[in-house]
Amino acid sequence: MRERTFAPGRTLIYFIVLLIAVAWLAPLAVVVLNSLRTNEEIAQGSMIGWPQHLAWSNYAAAWSGFCVAETCAGIRPYMLNSALVTIPATVFSTLLGAVAGYAVSLWRFRGDNWIYGVVTLGIFLPQQMRLLPWTIVLRDTGLMNTLTGLVVIHTIQGLSFTTLFCRNYYVAIPQELIRAARIDGAGFFRIFWRIILPLSPPILVVTVIWQFTHIWNEFLYGVTFTTGQQQPVTAALIALSAAVADIPQHGVQSAAVIIAALPTLLIYLFGGRYFVRGLTAGAVK
Amino acid sequence: MNFAVSTRQGRPAASEVLRRLPEYLTIWVPLLLSAAHLIAFSLWTVWISFTPSTLVPVSGWVGLRNYSAVAASRNWQIAFDNLLLFGSAFVLLSLAAGLILAILLDQRIRGENVLRSVFLYPLAVSFVVTGTVWSWLLNPGLGIEKLVHDLGWTSFRFDWLIDRDMAIWTIVIAAIWQSSGFAMALFLAGLRSVDSDLIKAAQIDGAGPVRIYRRVILPTLWPITITVIVIQLQFAISTFDLVRALTNGGPGIATQLPALVVYDLMFQRSLLGRGAAAAVLMLLILLAVLLPYAAWRYIQRRRTNHA
Repeated sequence: MRERTFAPGRTLIYFIVLLIAVAWLAPLAVVVLNSLRTNEEIAQGSMIGWPQHLAWSNYAAAWSGFCVAETCAGIRPYMLNSALVTIPATVFSTLLGAVAGYAVSLWRFRGDNWIYGVVTLGIFLPQQMRLLPWTIVLRDTGLMNTLTGLVVIHTIQGLSFTTLFCRNYYVAIPQELIRAARIDGAGFFRIFWRIILPLSPPILVVTVIWQFTHIWNEFLYGVTFTTGQQQPVTAALIALSAAVADIPQHGVQSAAVIIAALPTLLIYLFGGRYFVRGLTAGAVK
Repeated sequence: MNFAVSTRQGRPAASEVLRRLPEYLTIWVPLLLSAAHLIAFSLWTVWISFTPSTLVPVSGWVGLRNYSAVAASRNWQIAFDNLLLFGSAFVLLSLAAGLILAILLDQRIRGENVLRSVFLYPLAVSFVVTGTVWSWLLNPGLGIEKLVHDLGWTSFRFDWLIDRDMAIWTIVIAAIWQSSGFAMALFLAGLRSVDSDLIKAAQIDGAGPVRIYRRVILPTLWPITITVIVIQLQFAISTFDLVRALTNGGPGIATQLPALVVYDLMFQRSLLGRGAAAAVLMLLILLAVLLPYAAWRYIQRRRTNHA
């Protein structure tokens, strides 16, 4: 294979890679440092700088103090909204996707390939094509401006991804296994419960991480279908920037940004491997 | 082929259907909900785009009038030009960055896992967050320009964010930073799957590392390159959150993109018909990318099946 010996070329490689890595980490470092500087300190200098003394109070203010629009409860209620949308929608879409993936890959039924093909089109269809219909459906079902409405949307739309992930994982399971179980009299549910589910943890982790990250980070539906106190945290962050445009509070805003990004960052930190697998699985169909 | 076990003579009895009802419901309800909403919602939006709907959807037929109104609007024209510039610059540069990063990481360097995580972490963060952060960094009164001024170089200028002609490049910068890691991950997987015998053979022939990359390794990356291009283009076409957080389409409407025009027409100007027409136009742009790709994939798959 390629050379392994020490050479000036290798030093150069390390130098370049580390330089790019620093550039990639810089925005994160800047926000973390800013979240520990007082608003006054930032106003005197620039957004880029070392904290003179650690202003942990920014986090308290961001969590439960500052005002978005007319309410002053920090980003806590919006974090809660995001959690209340993201967790149920992740669980439902993953479970339904696992069953659907199992049905189209192993159970097989008339029209399975056809309907699977249509479902996966959802990966490509722009959200903008569904905005007006969802608006009308939510209005007519009374789910406009509710967290339940967002859960419904993310569950149904998430199925395109979760079914694809699970189906592509399950096709590797030999069909004979299912056939033998059916001859033994096992039905659809028992085979899923006894055979498929115990084989599924790897793909379920990938799917859950993927869904959680995407639903948590979603913005367009959140900002379109909810207002005020019902908004998820991504929409609230934008509302916050607009609200403080006259008197910026960059220290507190930085802390709010960090808090909002923390759940998905932590998941990435601990399950990055699975997150990347989801990325590439979505790409190489 | 699939009914080897369940095949019985003729139709299943009614009692059999009833017994298996929970199974049928579990299989069909989620799949049908998903498929039906995709088809019905698309058709619905297409239908609205042909109606004179403004504040609420109304029936009626205006032909292509909404489309011509959108296409003639300055907003859309700027958005479309921006998409062409942003799309091509972002795709080319993130492709180059991703490939360079992948090749560098492929040199058996220490700490590869950590470095890979560093290049990929922006993908785990919301575009609202990263857009906000970049709007601070690129704001001349707050970020990089201010820092350099404070350090003493007062004539330094980096004010693209408030420069009508350059503002679109701030979105390119943020988008590259956020998603080059994705290209890197796919390229790295491709580099790792190159047949090592091929490389050995080239080495025996006396080829140097640069030559091996150019002649042996990179040519095998073509299919991955095309996949990356298509996915990044798909991202570029539907970019919304990032621009909303970074420039909100400004200064003025200098960084308008199609997704922002759709939102603006639908929910800020309450011109539902035109908004729907703009959404359909977005879909057509996307199809112009995806259909050739699907055809290419289909031909490739048939070729490998025949081989």
